[in-house]
Amino acid sequence: MAGLVFLGRLGDLAGAAEIAMPMARTTALAVVMDRLPPALIAGLRSPKVRVAVNGELVPAEQPLDALMIADADEIAFLPPVSGG
Amino acid sequence: MAEVRLATEPFDPGAELARFTAAHPTAGGVVSFTGQVRAGDSVEALELRHYGPLTLPGMRELADAAAARWPLAGLLVIHRSGELRPGEPIVLVAAAARHRRAAFAAADFVMDHLKSQSWFWKREKRAGTWHWIEPRGEDYADLGRWKTDLEEPFDTAHAQSQE
Repeated sequence: MAGLVFLGRLGDLAGAAEIAMPMARTTALAVVMDRLPPALIAGLRSPKVRVAVNGELVPAEQPLDALMIADADEIAFLPPVSGG
Repeated sequence: MAEVRLATEPFDPGAELARFTAAHPTAGGVVSFTGQVRAGDSVEALELRHYGPLTLPGMRELADAAAARWPLAGLLVIHRSGELRPGEPIVLVAAAARHRRAAFAAADFVMDHLKSQSWFWKREKRAGTWHWIEPRGEDYADLGRWKTDLEEPFDTAHAQSQE
């Protein structure tokens, strides 16, 4: 299982803060995302959304589709933040 | 030197500030900022969410950047996560320094980055419905006052152009 974590408003789009995704083999993120509902995919693909894999932020300029996701990886989708 | 906490339960800013001030007798001044949930604004509740692997490490990095930039005797950063009621404290930043300018600047710098470049997501409940809050244009503009080596996860120029 890979864990997809949705922060902020993305959790509303996903209907859950986290989704466990069965993984038969290491798979490109584009393929993993294709299994999600279209409205959620659109939200995740916003240029304002950052991604972290296993707690490491993916550089903003790095294309996400080719990221290889292994079983037990945690992928977090991080929309614009707001604290204080 | 910096003391940084992610609080999942209510905290007492007055007690924290008194303890912090007492711990830094050599500082000539302590500047603090407390942020609290606005009452009387039809907000019934505020919820702050964080992401474990990023939020506290990011707060520590921010505090270290402030401590490297100004000569501080001490720096305290406490930020809540969880559901809060009107009047409850959200954040406390206190900076102790030999001279006041450094303390004012460091507290201001840390707050600006907590508002729009730290790993928190905030939503408020009005008339029974939750609404996600994104930083305002002026929050991003405030950030532009500081030139830092910190990675800013969200492109502030881009965000401003959308206002």
